[in-house]
Amino acid sequence: MGTRASICIIATSMWSFFHKLGSPPWLYKISGSILRWLLPITVVALAVGLAWGLLFTAPDFRQGNSYRIIYIHVPAAIVALAAYYIMALAGAVSLIWKMKMADIAMKACAPIGASFTFLALVTGAIWGKPTWGTWWVWDARITSMLVLLFLYLGVVALYEAFDNKEAASKACAVLALVGTVNIPIIYKSVDWWYSLHQPASIKMTGGSSIDSSMLYPLFWMIASVYALFACCMMLSMRVEILKSEGKTGWVKRLATESNS
Amino acid sequence: MNQASSRIESTLSSAQFCRRLLRRQLVLAIRRPVEIGNPLLFFTMVVALFPLGLGPAPAQLAEFAPGVLWIIALLSNLLTSDAIFRGDFEDGSLEQLLLSPQPLYLSVLAYIGAHWLVTGLLLALVSPIFAVMLNLSTASIPALVGSLLLGTGVLSLLGCVGAALTVGLRRGGMLISLLILPLYMPVLIFGSAAVNAAVLGNPAGPYLAILAGMLCFAVALAPFAVAAGLRISIDA
Repeated sequence: MGTRASICIIATSMWSFFHKLGSPPWLYKISGSILRWLLPITVVALAVGLAWGLLFTAPDFRQGNSYRIIYIHVPAAIVALAAYYIMALAGAVSLIWKMKMADIAMKACAPIGASFTFLALVTGAIWGKPTWGTWWVWDARITSMLVLLFLYLGVVALYEAFDNKEAASKACAVLALVGTVNIPIIYKSVDWWYSLHQPASIKMTGGSSIDSSMLYPLFWMIASVYALFACCMMLSMRVEILKSEGKTGWVKRLATESNS
Repeated sequence: MNQASSRIESTLSSAQFCRRLLRRQLVLAIRRPVEIGNPLLFFTMVVALFPLGLGPAPAQLAEFAPGVLWIIALLSNLLTSDAIFRGDFEDGSLEQLLLSPQPLYLSVLAYIGAHWLVTGLLLALVSPIFAVMLNLSTASIPALVGSLLLGTGVLSLLGCVGAALTVGLRRGGMLISLLILPLYMPVLIFGSAAVNAAVLGNPAGPYLAILAGMLCFAVALAPFAVAAGLRISIDA
């Protein structure tokens, strides 16, 4: 009986939290108070992580100092992939529950995710030149990241093409969901396709597990880049909220209060 | 008389409705044979570009032929998919379709089926001629036709998703290729892999089976995305 009651309480409180997420003023306020401490922490964490990774870890036995780009490349790639699933999830939520804030989250996610994907591709190319001897390889992982970039840009382009922004978000949500199916298929297909043509002569020089002295700063950087992503999302969503709610009372009050 | 006919109309089963819609689409296509001929002409012309660009050496052409033929099939499918819903959107019959009590899934499937019959099927049937022109080995022609038959079905289904999402937009043409090309890539990979396997004397069966699996997957899911896209475009 007691457990059932507590489950009920948890469910109702979760529902009310979910309900509040749909309210622009609440989201604007709560994201503002989160950003007030998350933004400085992120900046410090990124600075510490970069200094740790780029300056204080030992150089790699085979790659020398060039491997240090891993501290930017891997976190960017991980966040780029995660952002796509967040975008698709937000799209699904907005299609199913017609939540306006999910639309805004999805719209904010696309350019941010595209930037992280681009960063991962560029750092990968820069890393590839000294270690693989080439800027670009049509390897499964690289090709699927490139397709990921195309999918992000497709969502952005589709959103911009619609005049009716409500329809634009719905169309983008459908496209994002279709793309979700595509990414694993692309990854597997290129994997098989590549291995058919020629044996993978160029591989990640890894294989040997990373030493913990290199792994800890990597984990630190992954966490910091996730925090950076969260900050970018919230900042971008706040701008969108203000734009779309510009004519409502609470935004006007906000503007007059901050002016006085 | 009118009452009787309206009763017949109201008791029209979904399958009958779907068949009539398919027939209507095909009749519309046949009345304008140029629309059917254009993708084939495009296919021919682009095939002619490759010997000019790559040089006419037969061995070299044969090496590139599987990928070239598949890419051209993909492009001609892409160029035609923009127009699938456009006419019906402009004259309002698409709106009537959405309002009708028939399941949209099946109606959409009729549109896709008609598109595949006038582009994919025809391309697959004429592809052996171009395969011979590009010096592709005759042993690999069954794999080429088979992979095109299955693969263009998936392409039509995916192209329809893009067409549905962009039908309400004034400048859909360029946008639709940006949206759909990333989705086409797995089909291209397996389609050309099937032909390449046949060229090397390996069995193409596994690749064709994967293409068939993708086709089943797309038939099951893509019409829902198309239906959602059409609703969004009509509402906008």
